[in-house]
Amino acid sequence: MKDEYLKIEHVCKTFGAGEARSEVLRDISLDVARGEYIAIIGHSGCGKSTLLNIVAGLTESSSGYVFLEGREVHQPGPDRAVVFQNHSLLPWLTVYDNVRLAVDKVFAAGKSKAERHEWTLRNLELTHMTHAMAKRPGEISGGMKQRVGIARALAMSPKVLLLDEPFGALDALTRAHLQDEVMKIHAELGNTVMMITHDVDEAVLLSDRIVMMTNGPAAHIGEIHDVRLSRPRNRLELIGDATYLEARSRVLEFLHKKSHYVEAA
Amino acid sequence: MTPAQLRLRRVQARAGHVAGIVLPPVVMLGLLGVVWQVLCSSPDASLPPPTKVLADTHELITRPFYDNGGNDKGLFWHLLASLKRVALGYSLAATIGIALGALIGGSKWAMRALDPLFQVLRTIPPLAWLPLSLAAFRDGQPSAIFVIFITAIWPVIINTAVGIRNIPQDYRNVAKVLRLNGAEFFTTIMLPAAAPYIFTGLRIGIGLSWLAIVAAEMLIGGVGIGFFIWDAWNSSLISDIILALVYVGVIGFLLDRLVAMTGKFVGRGTVSV
Repeated sequence: MKDEYLKIEHVCKTFGAGEARSEVLRDISLDVARGEYIAIIGHSGCGKSTLLNIVAGLTESSSGYVFLEGREVHQPGPDRAVVFQNHSLLPWLTVYDNVRLAVDKVFAAGKSKAERHEWTLRNLELTHMTHAMAKRPGEISGGMKQRVGIARALAMSPKVLLLDEPFGALDALTRAHLQDEVMKIHAELGNTVMMITHDVDEAVLLSDRIVMMTNGPAAHIGEIHDVRLSRPRNRLELIGDATYLEARSRVLEFLHKKSHYVEAA
Repeated sequence: MTPAQLRLRRVQARAGHVAGIVLPPVVMLGLLGVVWQVLCSSPDASLPPPTKVLADTHELITRPFYDNGGNDKGLFWHLLASLKRVALGYSLAATIGIALGALIGGSKWAMRALDPLFQVLRTIPPLAWLPLSLAAFRDGQPSAIFVIFITAIWPVIINTAVGIRNIPQDYRNVAKVLRLNGAEFFTTIMLPAAAPYIFTGLRIGIGLSWLAIVAAEMLIGGVGIGFFIWDAWNSSLISDIILALVYVGVIGFLLDRLVAMTGKFVGRGTVSV
């Protein structure tokens, strides 16, 4: 039997009521296996962030269920840590304290004070942010802020890591760098990851499966593509790789042809 | 250039900078003093010129700590009494104001229901509350403190509530994912995120308190700078009044700076980038 780790079942979401009613998601079902890296791609405004928020528990679905390890998800929690698009670090806390806040809250009972300190440091090391530990978010670059955001999420030891367009606001070089880091961390820790993105290369490079969403309103899953590329992956070696290019063109084709077709239908 | 020369340059630049800040107000003050002197020097002037003020109040300026019992005390004691009342009334207003503001800011309906009421109440002049509080407390001392409290609390409540309504959804989401409880959310997210707004309210509040105390003390009597001014007027000691006004102004300014600086210190880093 397939390992049913994260299970999204017939999730629908409608905002508003009456005249102003708008259907955002229609009947989304998706199974994510333990350790799998899933990318959800679609045009902006198609509701992919809404889907992530529903899995995170930050938004309630109108109907349908989300199960994690067989238990239904109703509210947000550290087992589904979110890396927010705009990092959402608390500007009045230092880099260290931002991560420590999460560690203290999640491991209040499980770890001693010294262990919590160690764990905070370990996650900052993992994202190479120990050098800026004492700085406040306002004093570091956008890429660094996102690293801290990732460290904070990882520090919660989540069952699923939810990335909401984590690199969208970064320049291309920083983005590439962070993508490599995330791949390394994923290889090392084997996290289950669900990532929202609108970057085709990012989706192909990082994920095991790419979930393509149709355009809203009433967006649903259009296609799912398995990326059969062995890991570790190297962006330079993949430039001419047939499997890589096939996956890439498949997603591009969907985004530029089929999703419009569906919208018209 | 030798290190010593460099250091000299730096000291000169620094001195020039300080002079640029200090000199203009000092020169302006001097000019205004001269104008005042000229205007009030004629024999039939109703107000004393600065030289006469200084001569008349020499005793008060040099002996702020004298105490002849009763209300016959040095200015220090009067100011201290006023500051004590303000400290008490203002602390109450700040504590209760922030707590109420946090409650109201946390609920859309509480905000809608209470905001118009607060907007009306906050426009009531401080002294208008005095007869009512005298009737309620039947004593001058708590009445004065109540007037301070009721004057200072509105801007604190309103600004705190607005600050809390304006906490970015991002921070709330972080709190939800971390499952912060009410108390944790209040201390780690609400207070720091709303701090700039809260301190705006506290600053307006301290200014209003100081305005109110002088007026209230004129009516309730006893020791206090407001009473001192009223007493001086009754004894036609115009120079004493002028000196007291200078003190009131300077202390009001210092109080404002104190709250502003506390706000800057507490709120460091709260401006999100």
